[in-house]
Amino acid sequence: MSTGTTLTSWGAIRLVAGREIMTRLHSKSFVWLTVILVAAVVLGGVVLNAASSSGPTAERVGVTPQTAALAEPITATGSTLGTEVETVDVADDAAGEAQVRDGDLAALVTGTADDPTVVVDTELSPGLTAVFTTLAQQTALSDAVADLGGDPAQVAGDIATAEPTVRTIGEPSEFDPARYITGLVTGILLFMAIMISGQLIAQGVVEEKTSRVVELLLSTVRPWQLMAGKVLGIGLVGLGQVALVVVAGVGTALGLGLVDTSTIDLGTAAVWALVWFVVGFVSYALLMAGLGALVSRQEDVGAVTTPVTFLMVVPYIVGVSVAPWAPDNPLVVWLSYVPLCSPLLMPVRIALGSAETWEALLALGLSVAVVPVLVWLAAKIYSNAVLRTGARVRLKDALRAA
Amino acid sequence: MATLEIDSLTKSYGDVRALRGTSFDVRAGEIFGFVGSNGAGKTTTMRIVLGVLAEDAGEVRWDGRPIDLAARRRIGYMPEERGLYPRMKVGEQLVYLARLHGLSAADAKDAMERWTATLGVDARRGDEVQKLSLGNQQRVQLAAALTHDPELLVLDEPFSGLDPVAVDVMSGVLRDRADEGVPVVFSSHQLDLVERLCDRVGIIKDGAMVEVGTIDELRRTEHERWVVDGPPGATWIGAVPDARAVSLEGSRTVVELTSAGGVDGTSGREQAVLRAALAAGPVHEFALVRPSLTELYRDVVSAEEKPAGEAAETVEVGA
Repeated sequence: MSTGTTLTSWGAIRLVAGREIMTRLHSKSFVWLTVILVAAVVLGGVVLNAASSSGPTAERVGVTPQTAALAEPITATGSTLGTEVETVDVADDAAGEAQVRDGDLAALVTGTADDPTVVVDTELSPGLTAVFTTLAQQTALSDAVADLGGDPAQVAGDIATAEPTVRTIGEPSEFDPARYITGLVTGILLFMAIMISGQLIAQGVVEEKTSRVVELLLSTVRPWQLMAGKVLGIGLVGLGQVALVVVAGVGTALGLGLVDTSTIDLGTAAVWALVWFVVGFVSYALLMAGLGALVSRQEDVGAVTTPVTFLMVVPYIVGVSVAPWAPDNPLVVWLSYVPLCSPLLMPVRIALGSAETWEALLALGLSVAVVPVLVWLAAKIYSNAVLRTGARVRLKDALRAA
Repeated sequence: MATLEIDSLTKSYGDVRALRGTSFDVRAGEIFGFVGSNGAGKTTTMRIVLGVLAEDAGEVRWDGRPIDLAARRRIGYMPEERGLYPRMKVGEQLVYLARLHGLSAADAKDAMERWTATLGVDARRGDEVQKLSLGNQQRVQLAAALTHDPELLVLDEPFSGLDPVAVDVMSGVLRDRADEGVPVVFSSHQLDLVERLCDRVGIIKDGAMVEVGTIDELRRTEHERWVVDGPPGATWIGAVPDARAVSLEGSRTVVELTSAGGVDGTSGREQAVLRAALAAGPVHEFALVRPSLTELYRDVVSAEEKPAGEAAETVEVGA
């Protein structure tokens, strides 16, 4: 009648991880958080798109049938002077003036092509003033050239092609809005995801301790298996969450053409963001699991995990406040190699394009190398503290106990 | 089925010596009652058996071999402080715990259904544990200890907080398991229940066993005592050789037979007491006096602190 089979370590870890995953997926707050994060990224992209395309709108200038010949020169002059002008054909002076009064047109060109008059509501905008002034000057110049026996078209062509010789002596500006935004979003997303998952780990550990179910669990699985299952389960859920947000963000950016003018490779940045989430999550989750085991009440989780939270906030602040403006700042560069800091900084540098591939790989190697130390540390604290309920266990005692 | 042997366990928490050489065994098919005052070491002993606590010295053996994780997975355990995920549903929780004990998903589900039905909580399978009354949570806790068809049951105060019906259900289940050959050890402060249910009892005091044996063995006194309800003892006790009055209260007299001999009322020497009493007047009651477990327990735990070296008093199993 004995139905028991041997449970391998992996089997135990998988069972624990499976429970964690199901618990998160059934949690309303978790589902809503994911929906909100995805919505925020998509909406952010849409807003950004609207803001950039609604920038300087074209000035609408009406031309009557008598002045229609001027439409092309007005538009051309506008583009030379950096004022986008859109010409609109109107039936006659009266209709055009009505549109000017409505504000539908910025100006109306009446009279004849040789002797135009510009009609405005109150005053001519600075951009259009320049356009019409230039146009008037060119007309005067052409007349003078013709009077002197020259070819106005020839002169106009020479003038158009004349340009000053410019020699650059400073560095070209590298500021790229798409990179800046990607770096910022990456930094914020990774910080949030790692922070939230880490808190879930600590809370989960304390929940088992508070409810005393941990005693039942530890009579069937070893502490490290329980901890590993927890980290794996919550980590997979967190990875799925981050992947969803990243895919939504990249999809929005590509779909709306937000990065068309940028040198950024979103795919690479996205893959690196996921890689760094995994490394960062594992590192911090282990610390959170160990520290969470020290306390027996949810109210104490915040206090006991404060040092780790602080450890996360420093690279985060540097990553979102300094790095986007000065990616080569020595503080940014050096911190991006420090394990526990690199998961929050290096992906920002990668997104900003300030990190070479070898730099990213070096930081990754250093971070991964530290993981076994964290596993050992966390397992020791966890095993020693998780069954000691009541008052908060001092870290020193948890490390010392056999 | 095998025997659980607890051999000379010691455990200290800082300066507090929780266990000082605790030894006893629980045999196949028997219910062993583990009693002792709060802080005497019951929970510590059980936790060491389950491996959630490490002993300083001594050994726990199962089937003659030191107990390991594989053997521990075959134990049904009910911790002193009840432990279940409060926000997990009863059914899912029992299946999960059964699977941690090595059952396949299908077997775990079958076992969950069987035990929730047996323990009368089958209607609550879909409810979160925290929504159940404490008594029902306790039933779920017991189900968690039973779903994997354990080869050994270790239950820390399984009866505390149960209503009389639940006590009967729980008692019945423990008896059934024991009859299947499973050794059952449980701790309790309800001594009448222990007396009724257990095959053997161990009394622990200050981390060492002071009494271990069957109820009958424990109730046996050094000298037989008989109670006589009849003529006042002072009028006839002098006529009985090798006897003395322990108490004289009106018509009730308790007599102790001081000579060596049987201790279970079969020596026949009590007939001299009865004859002497009858000679003095009519006797309405004549019976062997056996202390209840409660009295015995009180005697043992309230006995004066012994000087160091108390472990020497530890009663080995089968004494």
